Amino acid sequence: MAAYFASLNVLKLLRSMPGGIAQGLIWGLMALGLYITFRLLDMADLTVDGSFTTGGAVTVMLILAGWPVWAALVIAVLAGLLAGLVTGLLHTRLGIPAILAGILTQLSLYSINLRIMGMSANKAVSVDKYRLLLSSRNIPASILTGAVFALILVSIYYWYFGTEQGSAIRATGDNPAMSRAQGINVDRMKVLGLAFSNGIVALSGGLMSQYQGFADINMGRGAIVIGLAAVIIGEVIGGALLRKYINFYVTLCFVVIGGVLYYLVIVIVLWLKLNSNDLKLFTAVVVALFLALPYLRVQRRSSFAKLKKGGGQNA
Amino acid sequence: MLDVRSISKTFNPGTINEKKALSGLSLHLDPGDFVTVIGGNGAGKSTLLNAIAGVWPVDEGRIVLDGTDITSLPEYKRAFLIGRVFQDPMMGTAPNMQLEENLALARRRGQRRGLRWELTKGEREEYHERLKALGLGLEDRLKAKVGLLSGGQRQALTLLMAALRKPKLLLLDEHTAALDPATAKKVLELSDSIVREDRLTTLMITHNMSDAIRHGNRLIMMNEGEIILDVRGEEKARLTKRDLMDKFTQLSGLQMENDAMLLSK
Repeated sequence: MAAYFASLNVLKLLRSMPGGIAQGLIWGLMALGLYITFRLLDMADLTVDGSFTTGGAVTVMLILAGWPVWAALVIAVLAGLLAGLVTGLLHTRLGIPAILAGILTQLSLYSINLRIMGMSANKAVSVDKYRLLLSSRNIPASILTGAVFALILVSIYYWYFGTEQGSAIRATGDNPAMSRAQGINVDRMKVLGLAFSNGIVALSGGLMSQYQGFADINMGRGAIVIGLAAVIIGEVIGGALLRKYINFYVTLCFVVIGGVLYYLVIVIVLWLKLNSNDLKLFTAVVVALFLALPYLRVQRRSSFAKLKKGGGQNA
Repeated sequence: MLDVRSISKTFNPGTINEKKALSGLSLHLDPGDFVTVIGGNGAGKSTLLNAIAGVWPVDEGRIVLDGTDITSLPEYKRAFLIGRVFQDPMMGTAPNMQLEENLALARRRGQRRGLRWELTKGEREEYHERLKALGLGLEDRLKAKVGLLSGGQRQALTLLMAALRKPKLLLLDEHTAALDPATAKKVLELSDSIVREDRLTTLMITHNMSDAIRHGNRLIMMNEGEIILDVRGEEKARLTKRDLMDKFTQLSGLQMENDAMLLSK
């Protein structure tokens, strides 16, 4: 035990923090994409595990083909939009439950992503040979780039979801029956939301592949859970810190911050020399805890268990 | 204004649960008609309203509203012409959106929703005025989430939303049934004044015979997917509950004790 603690180096932890922030920002962007489906449309979209990789694969392949980075990212976003569109159409036109539609698209994207990457599971893109937007070799610049992307995206969200079309999407998630009665094409709004969401997820995949210097067929595995972790951690922390003063803009900022906090926790866990293969288990447990929190809080105030003999008076 | 031409609807056709909900029903409403609809459970009242609103397509017949054949239009496209208030107060509003946002959604019913801001300053003042007219103190809570309102307040808001863009037809589907008597009375009075003010053509389902007699200029009674009684004007004004019950027994061939159960006071 003593040897274990002696082997932990605090300086090393501090040194790995900036890298954690940079990656956390990229996952925060991904969480912003997820926010549209998970919070605004009230559905769990599993497409994202696939579209995150699609974004990375498209970006890397186009950069390798000599495209400028920004153009590669634009195409990556379009590819993500397309993936969301497919899920949306499977759901609205063919009546497949949203969660299954997402799983189907995600599964098919595995093959498609392999094809995009020329049938190889991993494609490297070197920051020495290409002008990348961000890279783990230059962490401060990466943090800046990530933060700029986040601010721009949050501002676009704030504007778009305040427009007539954006509020129609929000209404669709909030009350579909009412939305139809108010003349909103609910199916179209769901498709739009799913497309936008996956476009942004693909964008973050494109940024991640540049940061890590490669696209990998498995880079999106569990992305939905990480995104959910970011959304929920961000909301809980934002709610606790600012309570009533929280508005849509601040909430979105906290979603990004949630991504950063999540990744910093991962950095600490790795620093504690936990086996990195256990990370997915760890993430799942964290997300389960945070998802259960609001429910448990209500339970604590009123529950059947409290009505057991003698427990009633202590409420 | 509204022309329903021999529409039929059968649910679960060809199964053991087959139910003929509407059978060749026709109904004509003149502009400004305020029609109350009564009938027992399963008589087809809500089915008629849902058919007109376009919740699902009818099997046969046509529905023409204000000169437009809407039979083949989906629900969200018909909303351009139709305002609705549901029985469930939770159904007519978006709980996690603000009062003014809900009103703004209703204000744009039937219009293209583009990339303009969802709410203009002039609108906000208008909403303030209109909410003030309700007399429920809602005008000071424009920024509040609708989920925080009581059932009656939400129903009043839904009513206002339904009438905000003057609809060609207002459908009220037992919209006071889930409210306590005092609130129900208030919401009914509100409905009356909104209908009168804008001279809205209205169909109102109710389980309450006194309400059916007291409100509107015309009353129809339904049974087994058909209209079995249609009274209007002077004749309707003279109706009593007793008359209605007798008529129901006579026309439907059901026993009196049954009627009392089906048509509550």
